Amino acid sequence: MDTIQKLEMKKISIEFPGVKALQNVDFTVKAGEIHALIGANGAGKSTLMKILGGVYQGFTGEIMMNNELVSIHNPHDAKKHGVVVVYQEVDTALVPNLSVAENIMIDYIVNDHKKVFINWKAIKKEAKKALDMIGLNVNVNRLVSELTLSEKQLVLLARAVFQNAKYLVLDEPTAPLSVEETNRLFEIVRKLQKTGVSVIFISHRLYEIFEICETITILKDGKLVGEYPINGLTIDDVVEKMLGRKMEQAIPKLDHKTDEIRLEVTNISDGFLVENVSFNVHKGEIVGIAGLVGAGKTELANVLFGVTKKTTGSIYFDGVEVSPKNPSDAVKKHFALVPEERRKSGIFVEENIETNLTLPTLHKFTKHSFMNQKKLRDVSRELIRTVGVKTTNEKKRVAELSGGNQQKVAIGKWINSDAEVFILDEPTKGVDVGSKSEIYQLIGELVKQGKSVIYISCEFSEILGLTDRTYVMYDGMIRKELITANTDEEELLYYSTGGADNVTKNESIS
Amino acid sequence: MSQKMNQFLDKIKTEFKGKSVFDILYKYGTVLVTVIAILYFSISLPNFLNFNNLMNILRAVSIVSLLAIGVTLSLTVNGFDLSVAAVAGLSAVIAAKFMVIYELGTVLAIIVPLLVGIIVGLINAFLIVKIKISDMLTTLSMMFIITGISITYVGGSAIYNYMPLPNNQGIAPGLMKEAFIYIGQGRLFGYIPVPVIIMLVMGVLVHIFLNKTKYGRYLYMTGGNREAAMLSGVPVNKYRVLAYVLSAFFAALGGVVLVARLGSGEVNAGGPYLMDSVAAAYIGFSVLGVGKPNAFGTLVGSVLMGVLLNGLVMMDFPYYAQDIVKGLVLVIALGLTYYKKKG
Repeated sequence: MDTIQKLEMKKISIEFPGVKALQNVDFTVKAGEIHALIGANGAGKSTLMKILGGVYQGFTGEIMMNNELVSIHNPHDAKKHGVVVVYQEVDTALVPNLSVAENIMIDYIVNDHKKVFINWKAIKKEAKKALDMIGLNVNVNRLVSELTLSEKQLVLLARAVFQNAKYLVLDEPTAPLSVEETNRLFEIVRKLQKTGVSVIFISHRLYEIFEICETITILKDGKLVGEYPINGLTIDDVVEKMLGRKMEQAIPKLDHKTDEIRLEVTNISDGFLVENVSFNVHKGEIVGIAGLVGAGKTELANVLFGVTKKTTGSIYFDGVEVSPKNPSDAVKKHFALVPEERRKSGIFVEENIETNLTLPTLHKFTKHSFMNQKKLRDVSRELIRTVGVKTTNEKKRVAELSGGNQQKVAIGKWINSDAEVFILDEPTKGVDVGSKSEIYQLIGELVKQGKSVIYISCEFSEILGLTDRTYVMYDGMIRKELITANTDEEELLYYSTGGADNVTKNESIS
Repeated sequence: MSQKMNQFLDKIKTEFKGKSVFDILYKYGTVLVTVIAILYFSISLPNFLNFNNLMNILRAVSIVSLLAIGVTLSLTVNGFDLSVAAVAGLSAVIAAKFMVIYELGTVLAIIVPLLVGIIVGLINAFLIVKIKISDMLTTLSMMFIITGISITYVGGSAIYNYMPLPNNQGIAPGLMKEAFIYIGQGRLFGYIPVPVIIMLVMGVLVHIFLNKTKYGRYLYMTGGNREAAMLSGVPVNKYRVLAYVLSAFFAALGGVVLVARLGSGEVNAGGPYLMDSVAAAYIGFSVLGVGKPNAFGTLVGSVLMGVLLNGLVMMDFPYYAQDIVKGLVLVIALGLTYYKKKG
């Protein structure tokens, strides 16, 4: 194996409509090193790796390997040059109803196998070899659908071994893993490193980066912040570099909080990710649930709204246990949910605005089960005004609205319901700046009327600007409760990357 | 009078203004084809447009229409019911056997098959909603089971008045009463066949149910995006159960009309209706550009097929080539619906 397998990406820039996703980013990985690539959400980490993996074309800049210019324009080119990317969603890369052996050898079977009949014995032997290499002990005949998430991930690593990966990109590999599984993954990564593989490691968990990586490259807003050896850095340094200067946000400061406790949640778990979560929300209060992608925030929302069953704990509304059995029960018990994946589960894109806005409250506008068309029209016209949907009329299909206006519909449909607790999951995701501030105002209106809002977000600037109190989630658990006025982005990031209380941190709170 | 006419023309003009030929076809294509077919047949066939022939066409499609309404209801929740023809067959033999063998009255011979239909619908719903077998496979299996049960129940033969009983036990004791036969063969006011009345009434009722009541809205929303419906507080599983139960109910009703029309209970009499009813329901998607399952469209779909078949038979078009026409109409209607959706 060559000793020098340096990878250099030079002056990489790429633009998407209206966004400069990457601007003149330099990224260098030395041979056989484990290199961390970090940055806040939207910093451009995934974009950079998708360029390396041949997913995105149309970038400017150069990619060099061994000081030679290479051209990567599609995933096949990338593989040819030894780049293997293991994305966070392992299931998209595996065929569940095929065996482990077939999944490991899939490229070979599909692309390089020239004979009519497949020599299964040889294929299984090769697959076994790759599995032994990474030290995973599963039967190659098992179906991938029967494997655990971490085993699936290791099957992908075995595939990378078989493909002779020289540069292995791991995108958030530890997000779904337990501590033991993470340790096992790290062992394997180190083993691969010894064989000369360079590993690019993307993670929000700074602790892990300090444990396994040697060098760290930090991106911010599509630009390179710098490349640093990990020795001599502290987590605080890294967080500071990731955030740069604190951004000012045009979020109205609200204060409608009362002393009356509306919602009290004690020790709820969902048996998968959410573990012993307790928190409360006052009447008229906006409570933030902050955390990075994969922290379990959406899962928590699903338990609260009865989408998934809770295995432990209780949910109290005004002191009475409610514990919604399913979403329709949750609606009756004064909850409303604006889900994260708006187009998939928040709205009906093929239906018109009126149908969307009136669905949860349809029973209020019927007489003997017959819909009162005039009332439905009037109500939706009024709602369109209240939430500020920009449209010519109420019969327009929601698919034709912008993301921000769609989100206003997704929130607006709950306005006439009996909801007292609004669970908003990443409500400004994919929403333009103008609509964002309108959504903030809308939330302001809600608390003004004494409603309670649970604001789930991985955008810390939003959490800071909007909420009264914040709970930080990490790994399915609530790590910290913070009074928003007394905290900052740095502290939120500290706890949401797994940081625990220590003396200095406690001091900074008070 | 001419002013009204002008207003009407203006309305049509604004309706078509700025729209492509395809848009117009999308919305009115199916209705247009039906009208053209009727016009063509009435010009070339002197007997086509007389009242009796029209009633014949409607009566011929009445049973298919009832089954098709069932399929339509299952389609509203984005499900599918392949068991409708089998349920119709079961309901037919139960009705016949109740009267001819057990000497039971007309009322029981109507109510029991309908109840059995509802039970089958509940079983379908249980397998699809709770056990989570796909709708297509569940109703396919149920189709086999129900057909088998029907044949076993009647001992492999048809049930008719004065039928000889096995083992030389003489002839069947009971009779299909006049009142029952009236459902299938009677004419209201001496003109309009009762099955046609049943078809139209049911069509209108289901149309109102789907478009004017909250239940219809919930069914459509469940079918449109189950996750979004659930998260909006719609008890989606309840409405999925409702859809399959209603589907089987209309199939059973079709079976009752069928046995009254034939005057005998034959297990396989419902068989040919399956594909026709599915086709009618899907042609219904394209009627008036609704783009989703709807009762009115389904009726237009089955009438369109009835008109074409009747006209073609009268023009001596070979019987065995009729399926080609059915298939073409279906594929064109589907093309209109799905091409638009993609675009």
